[in-house]
Amino acid sequence: MKTSAREQKLQHLYWRAGFGIPFRPDQASPGIKQAVRELLHASSQAVPLQVALPQTETNLQTDMQDAEMRQLRQRERIKGFVLLNNAWLQQMATSEAQLREKMTLFWHGHFACRLREPRFALLQHNTLREHALGKFPDLLLAISKDPGMLQFLNNQQNRKQRPNENFARELLELFTLGRGHYTEQDIKEGARAFTGWSYNPQGEFVFRARQHDRGQKTFMGKRGNFTGEEILQMIVENPRTAEFLTAKLYAFFVSDTLNPERIQSLSSYFYETGYDIPRLLEKIFTSKWFYGPDVVGSKIKSPIELLAGLQRQFDLSYADGRGPLVLQRALGQELFRPPNVSGWAGGRNWIDSSTLAFRLRVGPALLQEAALEVNLKPDDDTEPTAPRKRRQDGLRIVRAKADLSGLHQQLQKVKDRELIEELSQKLLQVPLQPEIAALLTQHIPSGAAYTDKITLLTLRLLSLPEYQLC
Amino acid sequence: MATNSRREFIKMSALASGMLLVPNFLHGLDRSGMPLLANSNGKRLVVIQLSGGNDGLNTVVPYQNDLYYKARPSLAIPSREVLKLDKGLGLNPAMEKLRLLYDQGYVSVLNSVGYPDPDRSHFRSMDIWHSASASNEYLSTGWLGRYLDSLSGPSANYAAIEVDDTLSLALKGAQYTGIAVQDVKRFFQATNDQFLKQAAQLHAQDHMHHQVDYLYKTLIDTQQSAGYLQEKTKVYRSKKDYPNGEFARNLKTIAELIASGVESRVYYASLTGFDTHVRQAGQQANLLRELSEGLYSFVEDLKQQQEFDNTVIMVFSEFGRRVAQNASNGTDHGTANNLFLIGGKLKQAGIYNDAPNLQDLDQGDLRYSIDFRNIYATLLHNWLGGDAAGILGNKTQLLSGLV
Repeated sequence: MKTSAREQKLQHLYWRAGFGIPFRPDQASPGIKQAVRELLHASSQAVPLQVALPQTETNLQTDMQDAEMRQLRQRERIKGFVLLNNAWLQQMATSEAQLREKMTLFWHGHFACRLREPRFALLQHNTLREHALGKFPDLLLAISKDPGMLQFLNNQQNRKQRPNENFARELLELFTLGRGHYTEQDIKEGARAFTGWSYNPQGEFVFRARQHDRGQKTFMGKRGNFTGEEILQMIVENPRTAEFLTAKLYAFFVSDTLNPERIQSLSSYFYETGYDIPRLLEKIFTSKWFYGPDVVGSKIKSPIELLAGLQRQFDLSYADGRGPLVLQRALGQELFRPPNVSGWAGGRNWIDSSTLAFRLRVGPALLQEAALEVNLKPDDDTEPTAPRKRRQDGLRIVRAKADLSGLHQQLQKVKDRELIEELSQKLLQVPLQPEIAALLTQHIPSGAAYTDKITLLTLRLLSLPEYQLC
Repeated sequence: MATNSRREFIKMSALASGMLLVPNFLHGLDRSGMPLLANSNGKRLVVIQLSGGNDGLNTVVPYQNDLYYKARPSLAIPSREVLKLDKGLGLNPAMEKLRLLYDQGYVSVLNSVGYPDPDRSHFRSMDIWHSASASNEYLSTGWLGRYLDSLSGPSANYAAIEVDDTLSLALKGAQYTGIAVQDVKRFFQATNDQFLKQAAQLHAQDHMHHQVDYLYKTLIDTQQSAGYLQEKTKVYRSKKDYPNGEFARNLKTIAELIASGVESRVYYASLTGFDTHVRQAGQQANLLRELSEGLYSFVEDLKQQQEFDNTVIMVFSEFGRRVAQNASNGTDHGTANNLFLIGGKLKQAGIYNDAPNLQDLDQGDLRYSIDFRNIYATLLHNWLGGDAAGILGNKTQLLSGLV
């Protein structure tokens, strides 16, 4: 029952296109083409994330003081983001639609908004989810009309008399063309086209015709009375948008080390297919180079990949719903709280001495139901509580229960002397060096029961730097 | 195996020579006459971050300005209670200890510090202060991290220490990052797993999988610096009395690191809870007392160690608050703010520039008159001897008469 080369390729595919393969007895091992088809098929439908967010009854509010009201709302928002965070992480860990979860995470970092209201965050999330595996122009239009986006980039203040350029600037710089491929003039004129794009309190897009500037604009060398929709159309007609997006997708799914030839060829294909996202991904996942030694195991897992992967493979259940958020914040990637509109920088930016030391302890601690302690920095945008109180609970403790029975079952028939090799191939995406394998052998008590050996070895392997890669 | 025995040999000889496995950057940082870090002039910067947006107008109070009292009917600090300084400005009554430092010529107050197109989100504004970016620009490195990058040689690594569990963006560079240590002992224990130590020693370079090498290198650096800091600070304990609370404890940790001869160029600590939308007066007073008493003990401690003249402390917050109070006896997010520099050798102590103009507001908010990046540039260039233009871009200007 040795892990075959095919299984290793499948592991690689599933770590990149999703959050790893759960350990189940008698797992099927299809060929790569088949597996990619299955991945795409399992994600072909978009099912919205359903979260019941807390909402105060309006009639309760009347006799409440301003300050009390503010605090109540604050607590609700905090609770709302905990629910959202848990719900999505759970989806990543359990859903069959792995590719849609991963792609939604990509877009969440691409169209990165930090919103105040959980219900706007949920709306935006479901917009990304719906279009995550569609055609990019549809996604771009939908997200440009998303209330959370309009709010975050101040487009409700973008009016004919007093244009606000924030949205137009990030649209060109971060969402589509990238720096150096547009002018300040394009931003100014583009912003005029989006005047009047707004939303109502129910979270619906509203076009306020009276605030819209119908005048002539000059955008990317063309002249006309452009609307916002027409500006978006012109942007996607520029092949540079395909190049920019493809490079970013390559960095996310393949490697931080960009390969210009591969990206060029992928980007032409992306453009020719009208920005068909699943077809581009299929092309990447079925390329021979995707399984090459310079790609496999070359990515540092993002904190979400690390945590969702642990939850998926070891059935984690946290003692407290805040647990996953605490870990995410300590590791530098909290769902729904990207650092700014340019998203998470990723790659080696995930790593510094403190986060690495903490990362290496996370897996083993969660699997043993041990307490993980961390002192968190405050997030005043979401939870400005009383200072005394906060500083006392600044030290957070996280615990979870895990289930290793799937792994135990998979390894039932493996011979004792092959255990380390076999287990390391299941858990790691880079080869374990013989010296370290030998060290592991020394650390296993010889009289231990077989399942205890598996557990002990798993804890050690999860504490190695190698486990941080996928 | 040849490689293995060579590694064994290196380990053996290190033990035989009685040499600790000390990371390169920390070698030669002893006070005992060893040369200092490359490019350093023996000076250090301590950054104190007030998180949440400190209300500057109730910290440095324009007690002679009617507009201040008009804008804050129940929140303004009565003129008789203000600790008077100069130019119509005085300190919040909770800051007696800071006034003592001020009276000794150790404090410089910079008014109306900010940046163009200010952002009122805590996170984003802090992001701008940390990365020293323009408000429509996004950088993934911090200004002090880029300073580390600019130092030549591997000595740059960990020349900056943040007293916390997690590292702020300010201290992350592209090549080098600072190190976050809340408690040296806890940090040591967290990185002292024997299995991992052995694994780190055994790991052989693997160019095919360069990220593995990168992670092992970071791991070894972390283990070694944790060990080194633990070893180094084992002996010295500050005898100074510090007030209670985490902030003062963190300052004490910094003083102990300095006094133990750890020659880091930059230290970083935060005091949180300044987001005073509701019932501000008591909450802010408590925090300002904690700040000024902590700083006072810290300065006294450094003076006793004869390290104060080599130190400049910068105290900042991500934004100030609106000029007018709100309906909950608090204040909402604003823009420009005051900033303190504290040091034994300031070029010019006192009130550095004019009090904020309360007449000419931008929709109820203060206009900035000093760009914070010019303060950074001055500290980097004049104090740390760093390449300010390389770190911040060449749009910044040096401020005269600061440090």
